[in-house]
Amino acid sequence: MRDVKVVASSGDLMIAEAFRQIDPDVVAAYPITPQTIIVERFAKFVADGLVHTEYVQVESEHSAMSATIGASAAGARAATATASQGLAFMWEELHVASGMRLPIVMANANRALSAPINIHGDHSDAMGSRDTGWIMLFAENAQEAYDNTILAFKIAEHPEVRLPVMSCLDGFVTSHALERCEINDDQDVKDFVGPNKPQNALLDTDNPVSHGMFANLGNVYMEVKYAERLAMENSLPIIKNIGDEWEQVCGRPFAPINTFGLEDAEKVVVIIGSAAGNFRAKARELRAQGEKVGVIGVRLFRPFPYQELAEALSKAKAVAVLDRADSFGSREAPLCLEVKSALYDAENRPLVRNYVYGLGGADVTMELCQKVFEDLDDLMNNKKPAREVSYVGGRSKE
Amino acid sequence: MQGLVEIRWHARAGQGAVTASQLIAETALEEGKFMQSMPEYGPERTGAPLRAYTRVSDEPIEIHNNVTHPDIVIILDDTLIELTDVLEGIKPNGKILVNTRLCKEDMEEKLGCSEGIEVAVVPATDIALDTIGRDIPNAPIAGALSKFTELISLDNLLDHVERSFSEKFSQQVVQGNLESIQMAYEDVSY
Amino acid sequence: MAWDISKEPEWTYQELPEGLVAIEAGTSAQYNTGAWRTERPIYDREKCTDCMLCWMHCPDSSVLVADKVMTGIDLFHCKGCGICVEVCRFDALSMMNEEDAKGIGVCEM
Repeated sequence: MRDVKVVASSGDLMIAEAFRQIDPDVVAAYPITPQTIIVERFAKFVADGLVHTEYVQVESEHSAMSATIGASAAGARAATATASQGLAFMWEELHVASGMRLPIVMANANRALSAPINIHGDHSDAMGSRDTGWIMLFAENAQEAYDNTILAFKIAEHPEVRLPVMSCLDGFVTSHALERCEINDDQDVKDFVGPNKPQNALLDTDNPVSHGMFANLGNVYMEVKYAERLAMENSLPIIKNIGDEWEQVCGRPFAPINTFGLEDAEKVVVIIGSAAGNFRAKARELRAQGEKVGVIGVRLFRPFPYQELAEALSKAKAVAVLDRADSFGSREAPLCLEVKSALYDAENRPLVRNYVYGLGGADVTMELCQKVFEDLDDLMNNKKPAREVSYVGGRSKE
Repeated sequence: MQGLVEIRWHARAGQGAVTASQLIAETALEEGKFMQSMPEYGPERTGAPLRAYTRVSDEPIEIHNNVTHPDIVIILDDTLIELTDVLEGIKPNGKILVNTRLCKEDMEEKLGCSEGIEVAVVPATDIALDTIGRDIPNAPIAGALSKFTELISLDNLLDHVERSFSEKFSQQVVQGNLESIQMAYEDVSY
Repeated sequence: MAWDISKEPEWTYQELPEGLVAIEAGTSAQYNTGAWRTERPIYDREKCTDCMLCWMHCPDSSVLVADKVMTGIDLFHCKGCGICVEVCRFDALSMMNEEDAKGIGVCEM
């Protein structure tokens, strides 16, 4: 391993650094808070001649994803970044990217969706796109945002995966706050990701191909979608291997779920993103007082690591699943649906409670963390919550 | 100071509180510490009250939230004291650093804080006007913080400001800022 | 690689190319669009002036030409739309019911 630079940096700046080191052929993007810093800084790298990337300024996120799809189909290593309404505006194109099996990488600085208008962090944008066929990685901090983005290129381009990858980070909390970060050597990153090896490239004129074929009859369409399902399922061990390879380079471990205290924890919190650390800090405090508590931070949401999660919860008695997005009309919010699904076939099926927290950037205080762990005591004492989904934090009580 | 130190800044947009928070955090990083620096983001309007947060620790910082129980409160504009609950959640042995022309005793009375809380005052705006020529008290307040709390060393702060400001500002502005830090370091009273 | 689409109806997720990319150019030539036809153009060499109007207008490139001379209709691809008949100024082309046309000597592919 060559030199590692320790810097004060934000999640957005770290993703821009990863993009610079990987030097994609094409980046097409449209600025939107809290992602803007990524493409603003990357555009500077382009202007300064630090990358060879063709930077395409587009008039909307729909065009950003369309141009990225075109570039990727042409054989380019293509990337983009967005957030919130921007991701929502890309929605139909997200399916095109995955259906065409294009290894596009997109950073998504998670932000609430309008209305009411709100620029702060929650996972509503990403959760809305969870069925679009993208592999989804979530960062807990700026360092993971950097690592996940580097992993994203290698995962997406793996010949047995060939699916687009979304590298998500919490808006403002992770995208904008400065933290201590490590930036690996440029050459180490380039060597790890390796050269772009385009497959079925439109610009490979010696081997002409057509993309975007018609499959109007259900039977062909079914087959293609089944292949997509298999590719997504089969990507899990590949993602783990690529994460292990990166750990060999940088020394920072990767796992689909980050676990803490699970060796004996009876009360466990399952959560995605930056607030996992808040609960871990609270769990450390409680464990010092002799409480058997643990925390699972989900880093890989698609494909969802069902088996890993069920194994991690094999000793748990009560589980609080915290969602930073809601699924209106569903019995539970998105992460809780996955956790319960993982537990259905498990030998140990702990009691599960679902919370929605932190919408629109609502602060995740240590008091909130304390309350959730306390609630799990009630749950273990058979005191059922008043509602299937409790809103916690903000101004609400239950 | 040892362990996790949490700072809450009260300022008006345009006073450079975000930059000051970053200066402290970046200097701490260069001293081998772990750090976080983040403003409370909202519509940015010059003069509007804002909060910013800094965390410095010997250990990795895993929490990501607003500072609700600060060890240190820094007030960059003393007119905010009437508008905001600047003492909200402060630790019983917390420290408060105020940019003000008032003396320490008058400020203590104005704040009405309980025993155990230590107050420091520094006329950072006057120092900024004298040295930089503009009402941007962020660099001098960082100098005062260094003396008052010993969170970061003066030499490291000066060294960091010289390097980071030189990338963006003229030598005259850089020198003015360095001078303001020195002056506030000497003038802060507690 | 030679891509034989004649077995396409049997292909499953294993054989269909990833992302449903057509991994070879010109494979549509193997697609028998002539099966869509209920009428076919009958061609009269005597009246034809080789003006190429039909060749220019045919949406399926089914008018066969060799050395600037019209040689017939590619019935494997001709869908029987009748545009060639519409545009012909010399009554060299006319449409005939497929059933009636069977056995009539037209140039085939």
